[in-house]
Amino acid sequence: MNSWRTDGGGRIDRTRALSFSFDGRRFTGFEGDTLASALLANGVHLLGRSFKYHRPRGILGAGSEEPNALVRVVRDHSRATPNLRATQVELYDGLVAESQNRWPSLGFDLSAVNDILSPLFPAGFYYKTFMWPRRAWHAFYEPRIRAAAGLGRAPEGPDPDRYAQRFAHCDVLIVGAGAAGLAAALAAAASGARVILCDEQPEFGGSLLAEPSARIEGMPAADWVAAQRSALAARPNVTLLARTTAFGYFPHNLIGLSERLTDHAAAPSAGSLRERLWQVRAREVVLATGAIERPLVFPGNDRPGVMLASAGRTYLNRYGVRVGSRIVVVAGSDAAYAAALDLKAAGAEIVALADVRSAAGEAATAAAREASLPVSLRATVLGTSGRLRVSSVRLGTVTSGGAVEESSSVACDAVLMSGGYTPTVHLFSQSRGTLSWNAERNVFVPGKPAERTHAAGACRGIDALAAALADGAAVGSVAAAAAGFQGSTPAFEASAVEFGSAGAPGALAQPGPTPPAKAFVDFQNDVTTKDLALAAREGFRSIEHIKRYTTTGMATDQGKTSGMNALGVVADGFERSIPEVGLTTFRMPFTPVTFGVFAGYARCDLFDPVRTTPTHDWARGHGAVFEDVGLWKRARYFPKTGEDMHAAVARECRAVRTGCGLFDASTLGKIEVVGPDAVTFMNRLYVNNWSTLAVGKSRYGILLRDDGFVYDDGVVARLAEDRFHVTTTTGGAARVLGMMEDYLQTEWPDLKVWLTSTTEQWAVIAVQGPRAREVISPLVSDIDLSPGAMPHMSVGWGKICGAPLLLFRVSFTGELGFELNVPADYGRAVWEAVYSAGRSRDITPYGTEAMHVLRAEKGYIIVGQETDGTATPDDVGLSWAIGKAKPDFVGKRSLERPAMKAPGRKQLVGLLTEDPTVVLDEGAQLVESARQKVPMRMIGHVTSSYASAALGRSIALAMLAGGRARIGETLYVPMPGGDIAVKVTAPVFYDPEGVRLNG
Amino acid sequence: MANPGLRQAPPVESSSWLRLLPPATRFVFRGPAAAHAAAGTVFGLRLPTTPCRASMRPARAALWLGPDEHLLMAPAEDLGALRSAFASGLRDIPHSLVDVSHRQGALELRGPDAAWLLTAGCPLDLDPAAFPVGMCTRTVFAKTEIVLWRTAAEAFHVEVWRSFTAYLVGMLQEVARELPQ
Repeated sequence: MNSWRTDGGGRIDRTRALSFSFDGRRFTGFEGDTLASALLANGVHLLGRSFKYHRPRGILGAGSEEPNALVRVVRDHSRATPNLRATQVELYDGLVAESQNRWPSLGFDLSAVNDILSPLFPAGFYYKTFMWPRRAWHAFYEPRIRAAAGLGRAPEGPDPDRYAQRFAHCDVLIVGAGAAGLAAALAAAASGARVILCDEQPEFGGSLLAEPSARIEGMPAADWVAAQRSALAARPNVTLLARTTAFGYFPHNLIGLSERLTDHAAAPSAGSLRERLWQVRAREVVLATGAIERPLVFPGNDRPGVMLASAGRTYLNRYGVRVGSRIVVVAGSDAAYAAALDLKAAGAEIVALADVRSAAGEAATAAAREASLPVSLRATVLGTSGRLRVSSVRLGTVTSGGAVEESSSVACDAVLMSGGYTPTVHLFSQSRGTLSWNAERNVFVPGKPAERTHAAGACRGIDALAAALADGAAVGSVAAAAAGFQGSTPAFEASAVEFGSAGAPGALAQPGPTPPAKAFVDFQNDVTTKDLALAAREGFRSIEHIKRYTTTGMATDQGKTSGMNALGVVADGFERSIPEVGLTTFRMPFTPVTFGVFAGYARCDLFDPVRTTPTHDWARGHGAVFEDVGLWKRARYFPKTGEDMHAAVARECRAVRTGCGLFDASTLGKIEVVGPDAVTFMNRLYVNNWSTLAVGKSRYGILLRDDGFVYDDGVVARLAEDRFHVTTTTGGAARVLGMMEDYLQTEWPDLKVWLTSTTEQWAVIAVQGPRAREVISPLVSDIDLSPGAMPHMSVGWGKICGAPLLLFRVSFTGELGFELNVPADYGRAVWEAVYSAGRSRDITPYGTEAMHVLRAEKGYIIVGQETDGTATPDDVGLSWAIGKAKPDFVGKRSLERPAMKAPGRKQLVGLLTEDPTVVLDEGAQLVESARQKVPMRMIGHVTSSYASAALGRSIALAMLAGGRARIGETLYVPMPGGDIAVKVTAPVFYDPEGVRLNG
Repeated sequence: MANPGLRQAPPVESSSWLRLLPPATRFVFRGPAAAHAAAGTVFGLRLPTTPCRASMRPARAALWLGPDEHLLMAPAEDLGALRSAFASGLRDIPHSLVDVSHRQGALELRGPDAAWLLTAGCPLDLDPAAFPVGMCTRTVFAKTEIVLWRTAAEAFHVEVWRSFTAYLVGMLQEVARELPQ
């Protein structure tokens, strides 16, 4: 195919060629490739432009640590995923990928001028540069910054894929299926514990997949991995999850996993399941998350073709790709030697092996000598060149006196570097475990855990194969035992060609006192050594402040490759040790997670529960327009053909005032308060005096919070000496029950009274209007409905259509009214029976809008509309309801505070506009005079406003400072279209004497 | 006796693993431990005192939902008789008996995937070792509250308030799309 692909080897399937495109160019790769390996096999190193300076960037790594090679993978206009790491994108036939952050093209990007202007964009430039002139912020700076900010482009269409969610529990969750993780899983699984093993890669094995010379139990390591995987899969107590990233460590060993199901498929079927969120509650967690190689920090270390040594080895050994033919290897760690040896053996020329240390390890030195690698010690890198791919490296030497001298310039087409390995402690840090400093290896490793967390293998600095296997097995056994499962610890015989992986974080030596401009520490956020030095020079000392000022480690990669080097640079600058400088917190997610997986099933009809009443389908069949009230759907109005809302509501209101209306009040909250102390409980909780409420009667009740403000209201009936039926507002049902239960359990546990929600036990059918009695009488049995026997606010038990009936004579309209409570399964049948019986009397179903108008005509408040959490009963004209003789009730003492009785509190009043056709806007402000300068003194606001059919004009309720004393005054509502004059009135507009209630 | 023909519960589309259970008498019985024995005598089934456990015999079930709360279930036609029996049998014993027969309905999930379907939305461990047959509890499924009771190794009785039934069933059916067809 081409010279970059090796003739054999690797874990790709060379019989299955896959066609794909990148920025419109067509390429071919193989099954098993990633987008990154396939592009490298085609000689493509330039993959993107950097975030800030738009510098050409290539591929740094070979896995989830990749900071540079972010691409957009496009299936169609609804399925396009930005900011994917090309190193993790599995190749499929027909894959379409695009580079990002470039215009007009990747090779020629106009914004690359930022790179030339980089002296203007030092660390914290956005804090300093955009200050003057002040007016330029809105006109120029902010729009420009917004256009430049962000990375990648979201898809345009709605996401057609599905996302699943799942809770899981296990005894041992193991994150990472490399050598240590597999060994831990084998040990834990053998004990009988429930085990979940997850790994972010499609194949288990971790680094073993790129170690062809490693052998375990006499087998090539990769074969051993496959065999163990099969053995684990056969166990009923083991769940294996590949392509699954543990992205977050939450309290009490709850781990978030994101499983990718179809992103690797060439043509997933429409509507297939794309991802699954796992919320795993694990007794014990084993982190076997491995280690990430550190880049070296030198000028031009971000040029395409400059890669991690481990990545060079992985591309060669796992994907059969030589990343270059003339390679410079820069060693800050013995690990670089392994890459040099492998690539040389694969036919690449190692043109220099520049070791920045004074000596390499014995094994590495011997192997290098045997392979005749051109090793130079005490080396440094002074720069690289090559416009879109590295073409040469300027090497230097550090003299024994510490001076840096330029030694040579070497032509090359790739640079492999290793600064040593950093244990992947992200999840451990997220769990709030403390990290401890391993001075021998210059790394932070998991120290004291905060949760039941164990670390195994390379993520705690144990990375030699045999040691990692033994550590994994031991930790797996310990974790299983901690979860209550004893088992033996398996032992594995293993061998591999291995050199050390230790190194020293920080920047390579450079000539001169000032740091070079383009030695990158954080590739994704374009942070250089110079930026870090500037932060230090400007007085930042805390690493957390330096992180925020320079943005190092704050990109989506969470500092995977940059964190330790930033610490090293800062520590060198302060001449302090790394542990003295400290470590910043690792944030979740480990790698970015889609919004879809968090949304899961909660979309469209399943976004939230849609609560409907027993008459919902009937209402829909009769053309109801619904409104959302909390989770409920309530019929708002029932328009007839040709009617708009205004006309329908006017007709519905007229029907209730002159004939009979039918209304579904089922959503009202209902709580049954039962027990010998029920009346005591009610007296303590509500403002009213319940001792005087006779059985078979009901009363309007008001509930305050302990701060004295109105919390809820509703009609309360006494069904028996020891039984109250309490109704609440529709939206308040759950919180009132919660408040009651709270008081009962924490304040008055001695009271013998118990609460039960009966909201949904009853369908509530309100029949309201002067003809209400006529309509229901033929249907009701066992209750005398005559005004004498069943006056306003009385309650009775009987039957309707054979169904049990709890009948309230009650009215929220000001008319003669009944509320028929029937067990909910009977709701639909009884509703239809009442409707049929009322047809001859022109019974009219009405909705919440008419209900609102009717109650406003009567000055009845709605909690949450007239009240806003700062209204006392007196403010809304309800002090008559308070049982004044009661020793106490919730909120009583607060009502005695001077501020609660102060004159000038806002009080409920009515408003009549001078022009009766003008309907005020709810929320509009009231002022004394419209001839004031803005800001005017606002003395009240409109809370409810409607066109009233009964009154033939508009009406409004308002909360007005000192309102009751202002009745008769004219005030103004300043609006954009002009000032509206209003007259202050009492809040009851219709039938103020309440004659109609008693019809 | 009310005409049962007039009853209309929220509709549920049955499937191989899901069915709506017939209407039943349901009481929330609340009261101190002192009331439990008498309640058991009247109900004809001892009220469980072990947390999160149900006791049952033909035509009776009692679920422990809290130290002072049990859900009692019996055939629909027993409603009136049971109410009278409690009223007389526990006349002098403080308690609360509230009819919630229509507040909620019951679904049965049955089959090898029943627990798997539930763990898509229920955060509890439904492994038989952690949630054995006879265990019951108030919990959540996604955004709705349920009472979950394991009646057999592969069967769950799920109580759900009537207005949340459609949501619960819709969610379960959505989850079931993940099962191999």
